[in-house]
Amino acid sequence: MNWDVVTRNLPYLLEGTVMTIAVSLAGILVGQVLGAFICVGRISGGRVGETLGAVYVSFFRGVPLLIQLLLIYYMLPLVGIDVPPLVAAVGALGLASSAYVSEIYRGSLLAIPHGHGEAALALGFSEGSIWRRILLPQAFRLSVPALVNELILLLKASSLISVVGVAELTRVSQSVASSTYRPLEAYMAAGAIYLIINGALALLGVLVERRLARS
Amino acid sequence: MTDVTASPIAGSSPEDRPMITISHLSKSFGETQVLKDINLTVHKSEVVCLIGPSGSGKSTLLRCLNFLESYEAGEVRMEGRLVGYTEGFPRRKMKNRELRALRREVGMVFQHFNLWPHMTAMENVREALVQVKGLPLEEATAKAEAMLTRVGLADRMHAHPSRLSGGQQQRVAIARVVAMEPHVILFDEPTSALDPELVGEVLQVMKDLAADGMTMVVVTHEMGFAANVADRVAFLDGGHIVEDGPPRQVFHESSEPRVRQFLQTYHERNSF
Ligand SMILES: Nc1ncnc2c1ncn2[C@@H]1O[C@H](COP(=O)(O)OP(=O)(O)OP(=O)(O)O)[C@@H](O)[C@H]1O
Ligand SMILES: [Mg+2]
Repeated sequence: MNWDVVTRNLPYLLEGTVMTIAVSLAGILVGQVLGAFICVGRISGGRVGETLGAVYVSFFRGVPLLIQLLLIYYMLPLVGIDVPPLVAAVGALGLASSAYVSEIYRGSLLAIPHGHGEAALALGFSEGSIWRRILLPQAFRLSVPALVNELILLLKASSLISVVGVAELTRVSQSVASSTYRPLEAYMAAGAIYLIINGALALLGVLVERRLARS
Repeated sequence: MTDVTASPIAGSSPEDRPMITISHLSKSFGETQVLKDINLTVHKSEVVCLIGPSGSGKSTLLRCLNFLESYEAGEVRMEGRLVGYTEGFPRRKMKNRELRALRREVGMVFQHFNLWPHMTAMENVREALVQVKGLPLEEATAKAEAMLTRVGLADRMHAHPSRLSGGQQQRVAIARVVAMEPHVILFDEPTSALDPELVGEVLQVMKDLAADGMTMVVVTHEMGFAANVADRVAFLDGGHIVEDGPPRQVFHESSEPRVRQFLQTYHERNSF
């Protein structure tokens, strides 16, 4: 083992790490917003909303992320839309996570007693403010543990975006491996970094959950 | 025994127009008809208690009054306005905006309080003032605090519902409704989910409201409250109002066997 390789390339690896975190966060953010809309659409969009939502969810859950990513990257240019790798990456992660996030929200919404919305209706709330003020904030709180879990999965899945050339942690460790001929050290370093980030995320999740439970 | 005719707007001046007029109201869930030709009038500042066996349609009747349940036949009018439908025939569902305007004036208190657990007591009361009435935050906060003080919860304002006793939660729920300055408040078994020792504090708040002249329709199993506070008691059975009159008349002079049977069971259950 030659750990010198790792220390010398640490700045690159850390840059890759920052990219990995940024892309994953952007992805989960897109996923959360889209997921909320899909979930609301499925629940209150009548039969059409329900069907469209179900098709959407099963597509993005059923097709591997790598294939989705390559589809976005290679298919959109065919119809004249040029996608920079980073956009394709965030888009693919966002779309894929939105399907999971919408299911997480749906589960949480179903756990909210019917009476909470009814009390608001009886007070004269509009449908929109019931979602905004009563249902989604509660659904979000109930969803925190599952969302943290989803973020961890997404962060690991983000290694796939190396295939479209985004310089995230996996991609960087690949190039360190090939330029130094020390693949084992490079990949072990990358693995350790993933482990540290995800450990930190899990810890953060526990803290947030405790905090919410207290209020 | 009903003293009601179907005239939608009795009297011409708003003063003697009834608060609620229910005429020939019928409601079914699928094949089963749960309300059958209900007629009932509630005047301003009147307290009307609805009693009757489980499944007789008390909650359904109450929920038709603010259109949480729709009804197929007959009419419900709040201060002359048809609830849930547009005037004319064939009738069509009221616009959402109009329904919301109507609901602002009809408060409802639920058996299970239905407070929003992610907000404090104060925020629960303030929320509708901001979202529905559009009050500025500061004014809404001051009003929410005043309301909670009025129901004896000045020191529990910043607690979340999970930190409050059932009686306290129900008082918050009442404050939340009263803050909106409704013209009528509907109560669906407001004390049924409470431990016996907490029932009194909630009934006291309701008595105070009644004394202040609030119009109230109360579904309850608290016969003491019905006897002492109600102006009228209506007894429901199988979707019919089978008795409607002053408490004394319903409790002591009714010749209706179903009423006597119900009251007898009640007395037996409540004596040692
Ligand atoms: N959403 C619904 N769908 C189908 N049936 C319903 C629904 N709500 C109530 N019912 C039925 O309507 C009838 C009247 O119910 P309701 O809840 O109004 O009775 P209640 O007098 O309030 O009874 P309780 O004292 O138990 O609260 C019951 O037979 C009930 O099963
Ligand atoms: Mg009921």
